[in-house]
Amino acid sequence: MTGAADVLIIGGGIMGASTAFFLRRRRRSVILLERGLIGQQASGTNFGNVRRQGRFLPQLPLAHRSREIWGRLAALLGEDAEFLATGHLRLCYRPEQFEVLDAYAKDARAYGLELELISQNALRSRFPFIGPEVIAGSYSPNDGHANPRLAAPAFASAARREGARIVENVEVLGIEKNNEDFRVETATGETFRAPVVLIAAGAWASAFSAQLGEPVPLVAHGPQMAVTEPAPYVIKPSIGMSTKVTEEGVYLRQIPRGNVIFGGGNRGPAFVDIRRAKVLPENTLSQLRQIRRIAPALRSLSVIRVWSGIEGYLPDDIPIMGPSGRVSGLFYAFGFCGHGFQLGPGVGDVMAELIDTGATTTPIEPFHIARFAAAAAAVA
Amino acid sequence: MAGPGVIIVGAGPAGTRAAGILAQAGLRPTVIDEGAQAGGQIYRRQPQNFSRPPEQLYGAEAAKARALHGAFDAVKDRIDYRPDTLAWNLDGGLLHVVKGGVTDALPFAHLVIAAGATDRLMPVPGWTLPGVYSLGGAQIALKAQACSIGAKVAFLGTGPLLYLVAAQYVQAGATVAAVLDTSVGSARLAALPELAARPMQIVRGLAYLHSLRDKRIPVLTGVVPMAIAGSESRGVASISVRRPDGRKLEVECDAVGLGYHLRPETQLADLAQCDFAFDHLTRQWLPVVDEDGRTSTKGIYLAGDGARLAGADGAEIQGQLAAYAVLRDLGYAVADDKVTRLRRSLRRMERFRRGLARAFEWPWQLAADLPDSTLICRCEAIDARAIRLAVRDKGAAEINRVKAFCRVGMGRCQGRYCGHAAAELVAAASGVPIETVGRLRSQAPIKPLSIATDPRSSP
Repeated sequence: MTGAADVLIIGGGIMGASTAFFLRRRRRSVILLERGLIGQQASGTNFGNVRRQGRFLPQLPLAHRSREIWGRLAALLGEDAEFLATGHLRLCYRPEQFEVLDAYAKDARAYGLELELISQNALRSRFPFIGPEVIAGSYSPNDGHANPRLAAPAFASAARREGARIVENVEVLGIEKNNEDFRVETATGETFRAPVVLIAAGAWASAFSAQLGEPVPLVAHGPQMAVTEPAPYVIKPSIGMSTKVTEEGVYLRQIPRGNVIFGGGNRGPAFVDIRRAKVLPENTLSQLRQIRRIAPALRSLSVIRVWSGIEGYLPDDIPIMGPSGRVSGLFYAFGFCGHGFQLGPGVGDVMAELIDTGATTTPIEPFHIARFAAAAAAVA
Repeated sequence: MAGPGVIIVGAGPAGTRAAGILAQAGLRPTVIDEGAQAGGQIYRRQPQNFSRPPEQLYGAEAAKARALHGAFDAVKDRIDYRPDTLAWNLDGGLLHVVKGGVTDALPFAHLVIAAGATDRLMPVPGWTLPGVYSLGGAQIALKAQACSIGAKVAFLGTGPLLYLVAAQYVQAGATVAAVLDTSVGSARLAALPELAARPMQIVRGLAYLHSLRDKRIPVLTGVVPMAIAGSESRGVASISVRRPDGRKLEVECDAVGLGYHLRPETQLADLAQCDFAFDHLTRQWLPVVDEDGRTSTKGIYLAGDGARLAGADGAEIQGQLAAYAVLRDLGYAVADDKVTRLRRSLRRMERFRRGLARAFEWPWQLAADLPDSTLICRCEAIDARAIRLAVRDKGAAEINRVKAFCRVGMGRCQGRYCGHAAAELVAAASGVPIETVGRLRSQAPIKPLSIATDPRSSP
């Protein structure tokens, strides 16, 4: 098999799949190459938060753009990936952490995100399941959650319907640029060509960026996820703890069919070579203790399953997104550090705009790959 | 002994025999068992305040049950026995066990998993009505609690357990409405050469059949299950099947025992990253083990029905072989003739197992014809239609992908009950061979773990 298109996308997570979809909307021909199946790793195994509050402030315009797309997913793709705008609650145990929430709410307003700070008593009357250790919260009414197993495949199916060529189970060995075109070779001996390449290969992306002269310090970790048996649907908002203590940093959400999904705290190991990530038993046990502090009634439920996947993390905890600093026609969108799911649709829309028009109306400068080139140069 | 030792999971026939040999060698193995008392499922002991004699509980197997219980009780003081304990996770050289809401991480150098098996099920419309039990469940109710699952019980499925449980019900004085076998009588004849590996078992099987015929209980073979009828409030009212001649038969009953042989409990082996291979004869994935039970993962051994479905006698042999393998791997001298004899017996059991699989075939063809509305995954309430849509509309042809799209096998049993039927549905809907559909990946916890659980060392 060989092929040529306007744009070649390496990686079929939610970033690659949504970019393929929005590029087709702009009538660009697209081939997407995925080494496994669409949305199998970070995109499919994450918590499913569609959360804006708490993000790095300069990332909020991108998050807003993404949130707007989440709201019309059903119309856009023909399925809603179980997105629910249930609201998102950030809770805290300590007065000094409430100051952090308070300061964030003030700063976020400048970026167009309205947050409601809720005192302990009001919190308990509005969300009676919350435990007595929680002293306050910050509520983001239009955030929510969705099903990560469905989102990336939904974008890929829609992209395919719009004419994109999505190739699964194909491993890319190398990318090189000669003259105007990039040449991509696969493990099965196929060759693909395009004048534009987007690398959206998650935890595997740094191998490609290094090949093209832009190494980055990307490391892999696995989210530590778990789900309970179903129970009556009472926890409507998606909930996360705001804390400086790593173990306390858990999050949970309930879906209408009743199961409670939770994760957070310490990260687990991930092995990119064998495509496996682990949930450490001690992390699960620590999470149990922590989610009981948030909602004590959960103690009467049981965990029925844990899972993990492979996520790419960068040392400054923000992604790489935008054009290459060295090679024209080369673009990146990877390393979303465990918080990429909400951004996925927006990243696709922005990358398609950037590739199509050469510019984007959403500021993404902080995520440029050149920040690591500068760091490397400084060390050298 | 310094350092991590040997842990055995399961105190049924395999676990008991393994414990005996390791204790005899002077090791002090830890034995983890979910049951309150040793014996496993087949030789399950009744609660302490029950007084039925073994002959009544285990029938022709009473002597074996007595011997196994005696063997366990004799080594109890030389092992670290932990009843009522669930091995819920395994990571590296640590086995995580929970008892009474407290979890412990036990280090091991060698782990013998003798986790047993559960019923292999093929759904039929109505199988989730109150009053429908698995064959194993129906047997446990009788064995442990001296209860019948109903006043008038029909049994549907195939395999030796179908006839054994029906005969035990008759023996206990229960009313059996019918025994409905999906496999055909001629398959039994074709399997005779392999079944002849254990002639006594054939005699016993015929005796069960005779005891049913004696009571004029209808025994039909070659049936196609149609539906179990009834209501959520009143439970089962009847079961209907299509007879080989095409006519419909409806049998009035208020309970149904359902099952098609067994499937091994392999979640721990899966967490230990042991290799699996597809067994074409029974159309299921089995862990890869050598003659003595060594897996592909160093230090992990499998014994009993959790490795090879060779029945209770086979399990006792496998338990011994696994224990000898552990001893040899630890550098102990083990006499060759002992191991050779056991291996030879096990090969005979294995031949018999293959005969049984051929004589009582897993009715995989039924999956393709199940109505769309048939519930497949009870835990997540996923019907056949949802599975077929995941294949047809979303292009999934691998069972874990189907699970990701439609939630089949995602609930509290993690597909242990619906997984085989779901895989057959996927194979039929996608037109790919069953082995390429794959197997559901196991995840911790092995069984549901209470959120109230705390680590032992927790402050």
